[in-house]
Amino acid sequence: MSQETMIVNRPSRPMRLSGLEPLVLTENTNFVNIGERTNVTGSRKFLRLIKERQFDKALDIARDQVEGGAQILDVNMDEGMIDGVEAMTTFLNLIATEPDIARIPIMIDSSKWEIIEAGLKCVQGKSVVNSISLKGGEEEFIHQAKTIKRFGAAVIVMAFDEDGQADNYERRIEICKRSYDVLTNTVDFPPEDIIFDPNIFPVATGMEEHRLNALDFFRATKWIKENLPYAKVSGGISNVSFSFRGNNTVREAMHASFLYHAIQNGMDMGIVNPTMLEVYEEVDKELMTRIEDVLLDRKEDSTEALLEFAQTVAGTVKDEARVLEWRNQAVEKRLEHSLIKGVTEFIEQDVEEARTQFSRPLEVIEGPLMDGMNIVGDLFGEGKMFLPQVVKSARVMKKAVAYLLPYLEDEKSQGGRSSAGKVLLATVKGDVHDIGKNIVGVVLACNNFEIIDLGVMVPPEKILQAAQEHQVDMIGLSGLITPSLDEMIHIAKEMERMEMRMPLLIGGATTSRAHTAVKIDPEYSGGVMHVNDASRAVGVSSKLLSENGPLYILQEKASLEKVRDGYAKHRERKALVSMEFAQKNKPKLEFNKSTVPTPKFIGSRQIHDISISEVIPYIDWTPFFQTWQLFGKYPKILQDKIVGDEAKKVFNDAQSMLREIKKDGWLTLKAAYGIFPASRVGEEIKLGIDGELGSFYALRQSGEKSKFQCLSDFIAPKGDIQDYIGCFAVTAGLDIEGPLKKFEAEMDDYKALMLKALADRLAEALAEFLHLRIRREFWGYAPDEQLTNDELISEKYKGIRPAPGYPACPDHMDKQTIFTLLKAEEIGMSLTESLAMYPASSVSGYYFAHPESKYFAVGKISKDQVEAYAASRGISVDLAEKWLAPNLNY
Amino acid sequence: MSIRKALQEKILVLDGAMGTMIQDYKFEENDYRGERFKEYSYPLKGNNDLLVLTQPKAIEDIHLAYLEAGADILETNTFNSNSISMEDYHMCDLVEELNLAAVECAQRAIDRYRKNGGTEPKFIAGSVGPTNKTASLSPDVNDPGYRAVTFDDLKVTYYEQCVSLIKAGVDIVLIETVFDTLNAKAALFAAQDAIENLEAEVEIMLSGTITDASGRTLSGQTTEAFLISVSHSPLLSVGLNCALGAKQLMPYLQTLDAKSPFAVSAHPNAGLPNAFGEYDETPEQMASQIKDYLELNLVNIIGGCCGTSPAHIKAIADLSKNYEPRNYDC
Repeated sequence: MSQETMIVNRPSRPMRLSGLEPLVLTENTNFVNIGERTNVTGSRKFLRLIKERQFDKALDIARDQVEGGAQILDVNMDEGMIDGVEAMTTFLNLIATEPDIARIPIMIDSSKWEIIEAGLKCVQGKSVVNSISLKGGEEEFIHQAKTIKRFGAAVIVMAFDEDGQADNYERRIEICKRSYDVLTNTVDFPPEDIIFDPNIFPVATGMEEHRLNALDFFRATKWIKENLPYAKVSGGISNVSFSFRGNNTVREAMHASFLYHAIQNGMDMGIVNPTMLEVYEEVDKELMTRIEDVLLDRKEDSTEALLEFAQTVAGTVKDEARVLEWRNQAVEKRLEHSLIKGVTEFIEQDVEEARTQFSRPLEVIEGPLMDGMNIVGDLFGEGKMFLPQVVKSARVMKKAVAYLLPYLEDEKSQGGRSSAGKVLLATVKGDVHDIGKNIVGVVLACNNFEIIDLGVMVPPEKILQAAQEHQVDMIGLSGLITPSLDEMIHIAKEMERMEMRMPLLIGGATTSRAHTAVKIDPEYSGGVMHVNDASRAVGVSSKLLSENGPLYILQEKASLEKVRDGYAKHRERKALVSMEFAQKNKPKLEFNKSTVPTPKFIGSRQIHDISISEVIPYIDWTPFFQTWQLFGKYPKILQDKIVGDEAKKVFNDAQSMLREIKKDGWLTLKAAYGIFPASRVGEEIKLGIDGELGSFYALRQSGEKSKFQCLSDFIAPKGDIQDYIGCFAVTAGLDIEGPLKKFEAEMDDYKALMLKALADRLAEALAEFLHLRIRREFWGYAPDEQLTNDELISEKYKGIRPAPGYPACPDHMDKQTIFTLLKAEEIGMSLTESLAMYPASSVSGYYFAHPESKYFAVGKISKDQVEAYAASRGISVDLAEKWLAPNLNY
Repeated sequence: MSIRKALQEKILVLDGAMGTMIQDYKFEENDYRGERFKEYSYPLKGNNDLLVLTQPKAIEDIHLAYLEAGADILETNTFNSNSISMEDYHMCDLVEELNLAAVECAQRAIDRYRKNGGTEPKFIAGSVGPTNKTASLSPDVNDPGYRAVTFDDLKVTYYEQCVSLIKAGVDIVLIETVFDTLNAKAALFAAQDAIENLEAEVEIMLSGTITDASGRTLSGQTTEAFLISVSHSPLLSVGLNCALGAKQLMPYLQTLDAKSPFAVSAHPNAGLPNAFGEYDETPEQMASQIKDYLELNLVNIIGGCCGTSPAHIKAIADLSKNYEPRNYDC
């Protein structure tokens, strides 16, 4: 069989590469164009941007390459002054978030193996490594090839071996053959994933030994394609014209000619700067002849002839930046283009132009910008755009609106228009997604609503507190993940409980009209709207605040009820045991001298002068980092590979702020505690010798599989032995407002947040510290306790200090009793009508000393328990149900 | 019989959802804790993988129910038994033990199936989930270059799980619910290293997830790009699971059928979740959609993901018996 027919008959083994989309190279695929401007060795501009860490602009270069038709993007960070591993990692990570760039496969280009490996760890697609060779010997070559194979990349192999770079035809084919054999036989590398770079060297240098540089490349290419099945050939084209630097006309023509012949000989792909490439057919005939004389070594004096001719051709310098066609369109179209493509480069310039064309800045937003965003929304809905692209569009929108904001405010102050209404927006606790919410915020703000945006991961307390604080007209909640639904229900319930009246708007990808109807609307009588479309937000909000607002709410309630009827689904209930059964099977603790320690004092006391230094050692830092969304255990988190640096920064800032707090007395810490005789009657804990001090009311677990525990079980019944219970209220938030106001005036959100976070931590630390002293001194049942802070954090101590409102005692109402017993108002603490403690950085709870007392969660409870509970507390069942709503099993 | 041989002969049936079945037990905090973790300082409810230690009988029973329904391949209850996911429960040091115990649960179920007179060959696939972090996307919108986890972190994590599973005796490592191909590539890297280092004869199955109407993975790849990105590994099968129901999965499965040099698997959800996050497609409804796959010869391995039960698997198994497996060059 002849060589020719063998090639024709072999089965197809296309090379398959991928970015976000596939790139499949079959025998019929045309020349593949590799974008090369994102290479620090080839582009001075790119080098400067990387050195100056202007990654945004560096990405624009990459985007230009893709838009200009690059099918693979070559990225090279080989420069002495750059940390190549870091730059490669950062840039590839950034590319991964730019869908219009990440669309195509990446070529990881470096002469340093560690940079190649770093690159391979960042790309999800099948990329190309550029390059490896036998330069360092076979062993290293095999190791690198095996690793590349395991990462799943194709590879460019340079015609280079232990003796140096191949510079003639024979050496080229010898090295390529040897490399191919090692790869296919030893490494089992797929042959279709091997690309040879047989070295493109300059021609017309005047040196005799360079005469055949182009021709040898063409011949070697042909040989590789005929003799090394499935292997591909690539190369960097611009090298060939090196001697004509400064004369772009010649260079562009030479590239066109070289490419033409290389492709004729089987070259599959190459690194070509499209702005440095003339169309073959359009090159001046005489110039082309002379160039080809050189490339193909057709004449003895071809070099001299070309050099001579080159003088006559004006070395015109073309504008490097390709003219962007879309820039010629009308401003509306340009804005649309920027929004859809996520291009920020021209947005301010275009917005400015639009602003001068429209009579009011608001019209720019309501007109072209919203039109653009609507298209984005439609494309997303149709699955023609996907999330990362929408995020980018939102960023462009944000930038555009930010630019217009001063003009909008100007107009507002001139026109003296009052706000159309106040809207509080928040993404609920546990959810970080805020694109939709931000868009709604933007749209509403543009329509003269005042927006109070609490951001993401906002705990319900904060939403409700802010709503009251700012006296907003409505609350908008957003969420993308399923658990957010429960948060929304919870907030609706809380709003009802707190007797709020403002409408609640529900939106976000996870929400639905059905869910809103069945689960949220019934919980809140104040009006619930499902607004899942930013474009509806203005209409709904305006209607709600119009004269007909109340009517609109009623209509919506009726229509949600209809939806609800359609979903007449029975909720599943937990299997609960009867109260009687739970009581009969409750834990039975021993109460004797050793388990019921007599306190060193009885009554209540206060500490007004607590030194912060004394408390700081008891801080549990792990939750502090969680506040900053840095997850990991302290102190390990400081060494964490990913968040370690950030954690260290925020930790250091915390330390220096703690010093300032100490020095300037920003926070005042106070505590109140007490120990009282107690006895249990069922679930009730009577305080005082005969209950004269009132009672705490506890709840009993009733889940089929629970242990039927109740806090009262930890207290002895009235009888042979006198038992005791303690309680406490501590705060670290006194006087916090002063410095907070200062920070807010300075627009220093970071410091404000830091101070709040530290106050929270100090309050918890104070509770820990006080509990320790209770055990060691005041109650004194563990005088010799020596626990490390870690052991304290993991609750290794004897006895517990549960807090009302937490799982062991979900009802907040005992806080009132605690506050009264301890005269907490004397240390500046109070309770809001929702029984939230003020200042916010406060903790209160009970002390149980029994060695068997443990933390537990009450879980779901049945109606019979709630009724009994309400009766003994002397409140209505309705009220009890409101407070215990999350625990109700009915 | 080797699984490759079994694949030649018939469409193999993968089991159904584990989580959905566990939900029916209505385990509470205390059940999750069992005796051993009674005093554990962190809440454990929801740590389904822990149940192989604290409620092994339940897991074994679920496995047995799937075997009796006709599943040929059992997936171990180890979707989150890796050190990154276990961090949530402060249980990173339990990874090896969890994987071992999970494989034992599956093995005991197979033993019981044999004792009950079952004779069909059954295989154990060690389930390797994606972890809860993603290497290609930034969790911070304002810092797109940031990554919560690196390839190296993932590789170490997956390697630990794969070694544990292989030592425990699985036939297959099943890397599933791939939402980020870079995570999957780390898992493939680790699985191959583990198989090589332990000189084990273990196959690798890989299953991705198409998350929405765009037909792409969460990290943005099309089905074909995803396939290309993982084809360097010596896979037994490549497939799709979760996120979508059988009907919605169809076009992407057709892409795999057309392009995959490996066996093709599918374990879709029981339809799309309703407004309450529940799956309500009945076994009959689901089977009737899977019938379309079978008629077109799209799959070699078929099973169920979220919301499926032994009844679903039985319906699928009864149906697939009547069809030829997809042809492919192996």
